Amino acid sequence: MEPISLTIEGARSAIQERKTTAVALADAHYARIQKEDGQIGAFLTLSKERALAQAERIDRMVADGKPLPPLAGVPVGIKDVMSTRGVRTTAGSKILETYTPPYDCTAVARLEAAGAVVLGKMNCDEFAMGSSNENSGYGPVRNPRDLTRVPGGSSGGSAAAVAAHMAVFTLGSDTGGSIRQPAAFCGVVGLMPTYGRVSRYGLIAFASSLDHIGPLTKTVKDAAIVLRTIAGRDPMDSTSTDLPVPDYVAELDKPVRGLKLGVAKEYFAEGLDEEVRAAVEGAIEKLKGLGCEIVPVSLPHTPYAIPTYYLIATAEASSNLARYDGVRYSHRARGVRTLSEMYRRSRDGGFGTEVKRRIMLGTYALSAGYYDAYYLKAQKVRTLLTRDFDAAFTKVDAILTPTSPTAAFRLGEKSNDPLAMYLADIYTVTADLAGIPGISIPCGETREKLPIGLQILGRHFDEATILRVARAFEQAA
Amino acid sequence: MKVTEKDVTYVADLANLELTEDERRGMLRDLNSILDYVDRLNELDTSNVPPMAQVSDRYGVDEAKQGSERFAYAVREDVLEGLRRSLPHSEALANAPDADDDFFRVPKVIER
Repeated sequence: MEPISLTIEGARSAIQERKTTAVALADAHYARIQKEDGQIGAFLTLSKERALAQAERIDRMVADGKPLPPLAGVPVGIKDVMSTRGVRTTAGSKILETYTPPYDCTAVARLEAAGAVVLGKMNCDEFAMGSSNENSGYGPVRNPRDLTRVPGGSSGGSAAAVAAHMAVFTLGSDTGGSIRQPAAFCGVVGLMPTYGRVSRYGLIAFASSLDHIGPLTKTVKDAAIVLRTIAGRDPMDSTSTDLPVPDYVAELDKPVRGLKLGVAKEYFAEGLDEEVRAAVEGAIEKLKGLGCEIVPVSLPHTPYAIPTYYLIATAEASSNLARYDGVRYSHRARGVRTLSEMYRRSRDGGFGTEVKRRIMLGTYALSAGYYDAYYLKAQKVRTLLTRDFDAAFTKVDAILTPTSPTAAFRLGEKSNDPLAMYLADIYTVTADLAGIPGISIPCGETREKLPIGLQILGRHFDEATILRVARAFEQAA
Repeated sequence: MKVTEKDVTYVADLANLELTEDERRGMLRDLNSILDYVDRLNELDTSNVPPMAQVSDRYGVDEAKQGSERFAYAVREDVLEGLRRSLPHSEALANAPDADDDFFRVPKVIER
């Protein structure tokens, strides 16, 4: 069976109805990876043994006439920041080139318990730090729509693999836009759940108050199916909440008529590409046509989101990345004589430029004499940004914005200017800072046939509404 | 310029990074350009705004409760059941660049 256009339900029912087997489906995806991924570079490691063992288990269930779990035999790719027992996990960094985790990330374990088949690990920016996937220690990922362009980042491999049908869906992580922005650039669906909705146990930490795990899929319904599977309290992650997990799939087709959708002028300001603006405005009109009420809202602190984000995220990163010291699981430089020399030379040799830059910025922002001026200031502005959303959500049920100010840019275009690269996240960092959920769905193309993303932001723990709006738009498009 | 060459050396030292001459020059340029941009935060008066260290004390918790009471759901009995078992030494040490049967091995710690 050709992997092209298979959704989660499509894959599962093809197996259930014996039109294919889980093993054949995994093989078909590996064949496609073999054929396509040489030029795209989405996979870092293939986990064939693990995939085939799981696929055979599913096929035995079919043969025995047992009821199949919801993701039975569905091939998935996992961003390489999520730990997989016995399967190399690098976080896109040379400092973890040979690291093989002794345990599984909870989200991955839940997918496998639901029958999913883990094909391998997806390329990404080193430690999820980047917006183009050019910061990977293992080479860039190329956008399947146009190989001269980036797939976005940091979950670039996750987005490209779904777009190129090398996996039915993937998991990514989002700290400042790393699921939604690559989803927009590659023309797929990317969902960042509410902070606390999905356990981060086994996720290699970048910025702990901002890190989220979520799916990249071909359809909105698939995103709902995956979220339903991975969401919910995990005793191994104290930040995962015990709020009940709604049946996101059952809620999908509730009518959207009468929903109030906010549009904030701050997300349509200077720097927004005209083609992106036109596509997003067209999407807003379409949702209005479906009976939604479009309501102007104001999120006045939006222009302060990028500086706030880059202080908080780098400060947390400088602390989280202190663990890479050449002692327990990371690369160690050869020929060192003292402990201090071992730390420095191992870290120098293992980390790439952007990671070092962020560690430096974060360490500076936390250092004596600068803590109040930078880190504490950013935490206060984070409160203001969150209050903006609190106020807006008293008036509207969801907010519509572009996902990124431009479509996919060219490789090398921004790689020498860190600040220009950071601004690619201008519409996505706000949701991470406020902890609210957001989804990016395709809403058109540029003249050069590059995908454009519509972002839908929702209230805390109200993924059901943004999924419903996304689904209504997708069905109407 | 906010950040000087001396600052770069000091911060690299704090972060246990060495950095080549080239990298130091790059850091000096990039940190200054980023911090210039970050300066726009000073346009905001935040004297009466509380800092936000995390999201989860405001949403998805019982807001009638105060402090750690809000996180009662995250508290558990001090037992191993339901949690991951401790790793055997062989697995815990498997990724170490240098180890014996029981311990990670590192260069002498006394001298810096």
